[in-house]
Amino acid sequence: MKTNDYYAIELKGITKSFGKVIANEDINLEIKYGEILALLGENGSGKTTLMNILSGIYYADEGTIFIDGKEVSITNPHEAIDLGIGMIHQHFKLVEVFSSMDNIVLGTKGKYVKSSALKEEVLNMSNKFGLEIVPDKKIYDMSVSEKQTVEIMKVLYRGAKILILDEPTSVLTPQEIEKLFIILRKMKEQGNAIIIITHKLHEVLAISDRVAILRKGKVVDTVNTKESNEKQLTELMVGRPINLKISRPETKKRKTVLKVVDLSVANEDGTIGLNNINFKLKSGEILGVAGVAGSGQRELCETIAGLMDAKTGAVLYNKENIIGKTPDEIINLGISMSFVPEDRLGMGLVGSMDMVDNMLLKSYKKNKGAIIDKKPSRKLAEELIDKLSITTPGVETPVRMLSGGNVQKVLLGREIESEPNVLITAYPVRGLDINSSYIIYDLLNEQKKKNVAILFIGEDLDVLLELSDRIMVLCHGELMGIVDAKKTTKEEIGLMMAGRKMEGVDSDE
Amino acid sequence: MFIKFLIAAVFAGTPLLFGTVGEIMNEKAGHLNLGVEGMMAMGACAGFMAGFFSNNIYIALLAAFLAGMLGALIYAVLTITFMANQNVTGLTLTIFGVGISNFVGEFMLVNSASSSLKLPEQITAQISNINIPGASTIPVLGPLLFQYNIFVYLGVVIAIICGIYYSRTKTGLNVRAIGENPGTADAAGIKVTKLKYINVLIGGGICGIGGAYCSMIINGGVWMNNPVNGQGWISVALVIFATWRPLRAILGSFIFGAFNILKYYFPKTIITIPNAFYDMLPFVITALVLVVTSIRKSKENSQPASCGVNYFREER
Repeated sequence: MKTNDYYAIELKGITKSFGKVIANEDINLEIKYGEILALLGENGSGKTTLMNILSGIYYADEGTIFIDGKEVSITNPHEAIDLGIGMIHQHFKLVEVFSSMDNIVLGTKGKYVKSSALKEEVLNMSNKFGLEIVPDKKIYDMSVSEKQTVEIMKVLYRGAKILILDEPTSVLTPQEIEKLFIILRKMKEQGNAIIIITHKLHEVLAISDRVAILRKGKVVDTVNTKESNEKQLTELMVGRPINLKISRPETKKRKTVLKVVDLSVANEDGTIGLNNINFKLKSGEILGVAGVAGSGQRELCETIAGLMDAKTGAVLYNKENIIGKTPDEIINLGISMSFVPEDRLGMGLVGSMDMVDNMLLKSYKKNKGAIIDKKPSRKLAEELIDKLSITTPGVETPVRMLSGGNVQKVLLGREIESEPNVLITAYPVRGLDINSSYIIYDLLNEQKKKNVAILFIGEDLDVLLELSDRIMVLCHGELMGIVDAKKTTKEEIGLMMAGRKMEGVDSDE
Repeated sequence: MFIKFLIAAVFAGTPLLFGTVGEIMNEKAGHLNLGVEGMMAMGACAGFMAGFFSNNIYIALLAAFLAGMLGALIYAVLTITFMANQNVTGLTLTIFGVGISNFVGEFMLVNSASSSLKLPEQITAQISNINIPGASTIPVLGPLLFQYNIFVYLGVVIAIICGIYYSRTKTGLNVRAIGENPGTADAAGIKVTKLKYINVLIGGGICGIGGAYCSMIINGGVWMNNPVNGQGWISVALVIFATWRPLRAILGSFIFGAFNILKYYFPKTIITIPNAFYDMLPFVITALVLVVTSIRKSKENSQPASCGVNYFREER
């Protein structure tokens, strides 16, 4: 029998619900060997749930799965692996304190761990697919990209023929993404079936053969990538035509709110975080911050928010130096920070608490007396759900049960409601789909019109260019220059990100 | 004198060794079992009674192992299958284990002819010290290493096997993965529930043997209520001291054993220190170890990351 005679996977009528929420409804999908299928859909459209059903993490309420033309029942991950299905999760499934080798052999057959033979086997396989792996390196010492390589290796080591990648590019740099795609194409040539979950359209167009579009738990269409384009995919995904242009409203009467003078910050391990940074942040503007990840963005945010201490220099808020003040004192001055690190529930919200309690975190100090009045927070939570169209079963659902985009909306919504003068936001659209991203951009513009000074730390240069008024570029903790977003080009910023200084181009005044 | 002190330390540390290794097996599988004291008490009672009636050390050991396992089974069903809070379940198990052990002991005492229970002669001989032929006559090393009872050798062997199990075997690696990150282990196709049960149950059985040591050796073969008397709790602390490594548990147990008997051996002629001070020492040392390990921030030498957290696959 030739491989073309049957599908690698065929899904028929898959339905899965969590309580009241229907995550997947009557899904029909098929994929052949030697094909890359992109699964496109907004947050909460049920992409990850569907793939978790395939990999045995969840069990479908209804429907049948065929692998290699045979009907199968996948009740646990073990069976999925035996069927040759390997999933690379968005949140890596790796044991931090183990070496990459230990993670790779985890759960495989055989009694003893013979390290020398194993190491050789791992290295052989990594050469075959062009994966770079250091067998003895511990996971906690690895970069995100390295961890992903270990994940891929882990799946290949188990002899997977069907690979599922859940948003594999969301944490990678453009170069790393290119590398990943080369690996994926190699696997495809060797006859593997690959499903890639993503919402980045240009990646879908670059890597996939076919695209299945999910909306609200249903497959709305399956199209051949060659015959499609960005616009069509967006419309299918969102369900209506969408304007991909970001507006940049003009504001008047700008005055300096935050002045950063000769700011230097040292990291905990003694390395340079920020080196001699000078800039002004004005009311009614969005100051974009560009730079390769780890160029000092985190240090900048945390210093202004009072979480990190400065070595030298000052941050003047209306002529008052806020260095040395506690986060609480800084918040009371009206500096609101919405800082969204890689794990969204890291610093902004408490995952196990519901929306009402998360609203309270910011406002309970204003409450007089010993007993907390939850009514205003409940009202605020309900308003946010309405205004930002947050999808949630209710205000009492723990926020970690919400999808990434909705968590982001909750966080940003709460920060904005405190009516700040300064808003600091780092990667507010990371991992968000188009629709949610545009809601966030609109929110930021709305604040800008209210004369709020916004520091926007972004990673997508196209967005930075369209949304910001000015863009400052960081490289290794140093300021490369500040440019006018309307006049600069992507190439110019790219050069500055790589370390070229632009003296005197600050478009300030 | 000093050699005698060291030998006494080994004897005093042996029940701790069983308790510690048993608890390490629980924690490696992600289960913080505070029921060590209870499982040891159950083993103490079952072991003593089995020995009393059968007059055979092997039957006594088996009974103690099974009794500890039974205690662990209660804990395992509640925490692994029904996902009850681990701390509460463990504490309850301690109360239950100590209670039932004393209840059975008291019942037997009341119904015995002489209102005391003493192990028969044959088994007393079986649990007395064994002089290993040839080796035990070596000066200094002989008495120091080769003149202990069956429990001491068994404990050391179990600890060594356990150490190899976690560091060298694939199953051990899988168990460690479960303790660190059960979601990852599950996705890797490891049978999380099954391995958790196996490790928690065997760990409980090992604790049970430690209990039998308390009832059969420490009190000289005479049943007394509360035979374990807090050793289980020290074992829980010792797990931290041993940084979750069975081999370090051997050393740690004997050091803590030394603290336990220090008050009998410390020359009173030099200075008289209240007994309570000696009793406090193991805990002070544990606190110091905690401080030192947390300063060093060594990821390998800390508690398994998911220890104390129940695992439910479909939870998001």
